[in-house]
Amino acid sequence: MPLELVANVTLAGLLTGLVYGLMALGLSVIFGVVKVVNFAHGEMMTIAMYAAVVLFAAFGLDPFVALVPVAAAFFVFGYILQAGLINPFINRPEHTQFMLVLAVAIIMVNGLLMAFGPDARNVPVDYALESFSIGPLLLDTVRVYAALAAVAIAGGLFLFFKFTPSGRAIRACADNYLGAKVVGLNVKKYYALTFGLGSACVGAAGCLMVLLVDVTPLLGPGYTLLAFIIVIVGGLGSMPGALLGGVLIGISEALAGLFFSPSAKSMFSFALLILVLLFRPQGLLGKRP
Amino acid sequence: MIRKQQPIRTYDAVHATNVGRRRFIAGLGASAAIVSSGSLMRPARAQATLNVGVLLPTSGTQAFIGQSCKLGADIAPAVLQGLGYGLPIRLMHADTETNVDVARSRAERLINEGAHVLVGPFDSGAASAIAQVCEQKGVPFIINIAAAPQLTEQGYKFTFRNFPTSVDLVRNGLALMRDLFQATGTAPRTAVFMHVNDTFGQANAKAIGAILPTFNFLPFKVLETISYDPAAKDLSVEVAKAKATNADFLMFVCRLNDAILVRREMVKQRWNPMGMIGPGNPGMYEAQFFAALGKLSEYCISNVPWYNPKAALTKAIEPAFVKAYPKDKLMFHALNVGFTVEALMVAADAYKRAKATDGRRLAEAIRQTNLTSRMMLGGPIKFNAKGQVEGIQSACIQNLNMRPTVVLPAASAEAKPVFPVPGYKKA
Repeated sequence: MPLELVANVTLAGLLTGLVYGLMALGLSVIFGVVKVVNFAHGEMMTIAMYAAVVLFAAFGLDPFVALVPVAAAFFVFGYILQAGLINPFINRPEHTQFMLVLAVAIIMVNGLLMAFGPDARNVPVDYALESFSIGPLLLDTVRVYAALAAVAIAGGLFLFFKFTPSGRAIRACADNYLGAKVVGLNVKKYYALTFGLGSACVGAAGCLMVLLVDVTPLLGPGYTLLAFIIVIVGGLGSMPGALLGGVLIGISEALAGLFFSPSAKSMFSFALLILVLLFRPQGLLGKRP
Repeated sequence: MIRKQQPIRTYDAVHATNVGRRRFIAGLGASAAIVSSGSLMRPARAQATLNVGVLLPTSGTQAFIGQSCKLGADIAPAVLQGLGYGLPIRLMHADTETNVDVARSRAERLINEGAHVLVGPFDSGAASAIAQVCEQKGVPFIINIAAAPQLTEQGYKFTFRNFPTSVDLVRNGLALMRDLFQATGTAPRTAVFMHVNDTFGQANAKAIGAILPTFNFLPFKVLETISYDPAAKDLSVEVAKAKATNADFLMFVCRLNDAILVRREMVKQRWNPMGMIGPGNPGMYEAQFFAALGKLSEYCISNVPWYNPKAALTKAIEPAFVKAYPKDKLMFHALNVGFTVEALMVAADAYKRAKATDGRRLAEAIRQTNLTSRMMLGGPIKFNAKGQVEGIQSACIQNLNMRPTVVLPAASAEAKPVFPVPGYKKA
C-alpha cells in the first residue's frame, strides 16, 4: 500500500472527522448540562443541511456564510424547544424524555419528506470540485475549509464556556444543579441557553456537512447514531472528547475503507465503541461518574 | 377500481337475520371454500379492466431511475390503446422505497387490492422478493429491469423477464469493449473494477469474474476490484484506492447516485484514466447524471441495452412522451421507459389473448407471447421455458455533447467513439 495513499486517506478522514466532531459537540454540550439525550440530533442537522440548500438556491448564499443565520435560527429554535417542550420533562423518568425527543425526530423526518421529497440535494458551489496539493498530499478544498470552520466554531464555544459569565454559569449548572440554584442562578434559563447553543452547533455543522455529502430526509437517524458513537467514544459531556471522538471515527472509517472493505466502515466505528465501553466506559476524555 | 369485499357476518349478525343453523353452516362452508380459493382477493371472471400493479423505487437511493421508469408506465395505457390493444389498463402504483422488504409488502398489498399482474421493479433484490410473493399468490410478475440471473433460474411459474441477465449484459458489454478498442485503435493493458455491492452489482461482478478470463481478445487485466455500499454518502476512499492502482481505465458497475459521487470524486482527486466504461449497468446515461454533473458527464461510456429510434413502437411512444413531459427528452429515459412500456405491453397482449384476469390464464398467455414490434434493440419478445427473453442486444453509448449517443455498433452509430477521453479540465 503506497504511503502517499495512506496519508491522503488519513488526512481526508481527519478533516471529515472534525466536522463530525462539531456535530457531536452539540449533542455532548446538551447532555453534559441539561442531561437530556437528544435523539433528534441528526434530524436537526439534516434540517440545517436543507436550510443551506434553500439559502443557496434562493439567494446564492455560500454555506460558509449561510451557517451564521442558520446557526442563529437554530439557537432560537433550540432555546424555544427546550424552554417550551423539553423543560417540563426534565424531572420526569428518562424513558418519557426519550420518547418525547424521538417523536420530535420522527416529525422532523416526515416533515422534510413532505417538504422536499426523497431526492438527494446538494449545494453546487464553484469550488466544490477543487483540490490543492502540498507535496504528495492532495487536499479536497471543501473538506479543508469545512474542517477549519469546525475547529473555529468549536474553539469559539470553548472560549464562551471558559471566559464568559454565561458560560461559567452554565458550567456551574452542569457541575452542581442544587448549588447553582442555591446561589440564585436561573437554571431553567441556562438550560434553554445550553440547548440553544447545542442546536446552533448542529446548525453550523449541517451547513458544513452539506458541502461534503448530498442531503436526503432520511440521513438524520444515521447521523444521530454516529453522533452518539462519537460522544460515547470521546466521553459523554466532554467537549474536547467530542472533537477527539469525531476525529477518531473519521480516521477509522477512512482507514477501514482503505485496508479492509469499504463496507467495513461502520463496523469499525462500532468496534471502536465496544472497545471504549469495555476498557474506558466513561469515554476517552470523560470523567468517571 | 378496487373491488369491495362483502362484509363477513358475525354469529350475532346471523341470529339477527333469522338464518337457521343448517343454512348458516352451509353458508360458512361455502364462504370457507371461496376464501381458500382466493376468489375474494382476485376476481375469477374476466373484467373489462386489467389492473396492473406497478412497483418502482420512486424514493430512496434509486428514486431518480424509478421515477424515470414511471414516466414510461404512466404513458403506456394510452400508447397501448393507440396500438390497438383495446382493453383498458388501470395502473396501481406502489413505491418500493429502494427497500426489498417494502417491495415485498407493497406487492402483497397490490395483489390484495386487486392487481391482476405486477410489473417492475428496477432492482434485482426487490424483484426477487416480489417474485416470491407472486409465486405464492399465483399472480404473473413481469420484470421490466433487473438482471440477477437467479430470478429466472429458480423454476418460478409466474415470473417473466424482458431484460438481459447479468451474464448476457456483461457478455455483450465486454464484447463491445473489444469493438471500442478496435474502433479507437487503443489497447489498454490494465483496469480497476469498481462495483456497487447490492444484488445487481454482485451478480455483475460474478459474471465479469466468470466471463472475462474466457475473453482472450480483451487486452487488459483487472488490477483490483473495489466494491462499495449502494447507499454510500462518500466514496473518496474508494476512488483514492482505485486511483492508486494506476490502472489505464475504470470498469464501473454502478447505479445513479454512486456514479455521480464517483465522478465528482475523480475530479477532486485529479484522476484522469483513459475512460470510465460501464459493462452493462445504469447510472451514466440517465438524465439526472447529466443534470447533476453538467460537462463532467461527458465521455462516460455505458454498454447497455438501448432503444431503436426508428422502431414503430418508438415512433408511437415518443409523441406521447413529449406530450406528457414537454420538458423531458425520451433519449435520457429511453432504457427505463422502453423496458417499462414493453413490460406493460406484454401484460396487455396477454390479457387480450387470455380474455381473463385469472393469474394462471394470464401467465399461460404471457408464456405464449411473441411480439416482434418492440422499442428496444433485439429479437422478438418471446419467453423461454424459464420465463426469460433472449437475444436482447446492447449498444455502446457515450455521453457526447451532453446527451447519450450511440457510438457502436458502427451500423447504428450516431458518432465516432472518443477513447481515451480528454482530461476533465478540457471537457
